[in-house]
Amino acid sequence: MNPKLSNKIANGALYGIAGFIVLILAALLGYIIITGLPMLNWHFLTTPARAFTAGGGIGIQLFNSFYLLLLTLLISFPIALGAGIYLNEYAPNNWVTNVVRTAIEILSSLPSVVVGLFGFLIFVVQFDFGFSILSGAFALTFFNLPLLTRSIEESLAAISNTQREGGLALGLSKWETVTRIILPAALPSILTGVILSAGRIFGEAAALIFTAGQSAPALDFTDWNPFNISSPLNPMRPAETLAVHIWKINSEGIMPDAKAVSSGASAVLVISVLVFNILARFIGKRLYQKLTSAK
Amino acid sequence: MFVNPTSQQTTTWLERNVVDIKQKFGANIILETKGLRVLYGDHEALHEGDLQFGEHQITALIGPSGSGKSTYLRSLNRMNDDVATVKGQILYRGVDVNRSEIDVYEMRRRIGMVFQRPNPFAKSIYDNITFALKRRGVTKKAVLDEIVETSLKQAAIWDEVKDDLNKSALALSGGQQQRLCIARAIAIKPDILLLDEPASALDPVSTSKLEDTLLRLKDNYTIIIVTHNMQQAARISDYTAFFNQGTALEYDVTSKIFTRPKVALTNNYVAGDFG
Repeated sequence: MNPKLSNKIANGALYGIAGFIVLILAALLGYIIITGLPMLNWHFLTTPARAFTAGGGIGIQLFNSFYLLLLTLLISFPIALGAGIYLNEYAPNNWVTNVVRTAIEILSSLPSVVVGLFGFLIFVVQFDFGFSILSGAFALTFFNLPLLTRSIEESLAAISNTQREGGLALGLSKWETVTRIILPAALPSILTGVILSAGRIFGEAAALIFTAGQSAPALDFTDWNPFNISSPLNPMRPAETLAVHIWKINSEGIMPDAKAVSSGASAVLVISVLVFNILARFIGKRLYQKLTSAK
Repeated sequence: MFVNPTSQQTTTWLERNVVDIKQKFGANIILETKGLRVLYGDHEALHEGDLQFGEHQITALIGPSGSGKSTYLRSLNRMNDDVATVKGQILYRGVDVNRSEIDVYEMRRRIGMVFQRPNPFAKSIYDNITFALKRRGVTKKAVLDEIVETSLKQAAIWDEVKDDLNKSALALSGGQQQRLCIARAIAIKPDILLLDEPASALDPVSTSKLEDTLLRLKDNYTIIIVTHNMQQAARISDYTAFFNQGTALEYDVTSKIFTRPKVALTNNYVAGDFG
């Protein structure tokens, strides 16, 4: 076979595979959004769910998803940032750090059901947090930490060593160099990693079924004292998220419009994750432009 | 009897000729090394490189790749601390700075460095210059403005950037970036400026501007420059050291190195026979 022909065949095959994948994705997204879109209106997005009658919304579940996401990021981001900085900037290359890296890799491939059951035993039962947003946030921290740490470590590693030398040669300490030169330069890429991980947290269900619970008690959106049980901010209340809600309706939902609610909720979930991804690209790009070229 | 096959070539030439520039030329020594050796793990990259550097002079370090000249330069302000073992003394104005009790950060503010590849920070031109100053407590806007202007002028880049000081430094050309890095280094008013092949990533026009800059900086700073470009060494330096295989083989006035070297290898190198 001549090189020109074989190149053509290879090209065609690769285009075919890529096209096939895009097609599947487009079909999936299209189906979810088209079936769910008719449900989307302000009423659906803001009213509480109904267990037995039609016309329920996903208001509380939607709020729970965002609140849980916020709490999880509040817990996991500082830890991941510290771990990422240590691993990339300070850690010597020896067996201890190798063990740490391997542990992070294993942790990142842990099935989320296992993370959920672990969270159930530790946070719900042992620490007596009960089915609560806090238990869920801790479980999701375990779920999120390895990947976020990796992504921050990689963001830092992508910054050229000449930047570090530049800082040190000006008589700055290593800490000053890392926090004032390397971190700002890595910020766009770190932010992209955080937003992408937010998308994963937002869509996670299995780890939350056993930790944040499957019930969404009514919330009083006028009460913002986090110590009141009906306050949306109370971290100790059980909180069914959007993803858990979808799972639950489909497995044991008895409301007459279960299918429609499920479709609508799925569309909201998918659109949210899409928005996270687009946001990640947009903000990352804008920040990078702002740092590297003229305004 | 046993005859060393290479001995015949070198019989008429000295093997090593490092001139004591203080004794011979009365140079005012600001920096010198004694017994300096640098090891990367088990590999000794620098065996014997003791030199003296005259105040307000430009000293060029030349030699083929892997000759240890960059290793030597980077040891002078202890940039090699994390990657190599540096043994021996580095005497800066008579004080050995190669000791653990020396404040290495303070020392590096006296002995600044500019690198092979321009490495401006991802900040504005203004912030690149003022960054280290601010970290050391200089906060008055008027003082900072003044330092920014004088150091950019000294680095001969003021006229090109004075209207966009708030522009990102990364938007500058390579040659401009390198002069900005020099401005950044001299903004903290060091005594000595170490330059590690600063022109190797620049085009001829930028290189020529850089050389003019260095010649003008000589009045206020002591400059030690590693270069692969022998014309450059000949053009700008007062003294030149030739390194080969981890040893400073010859050190003398630049004109002497390039016209009447005493060591055969130096002659071969500057004549372009190897390297």
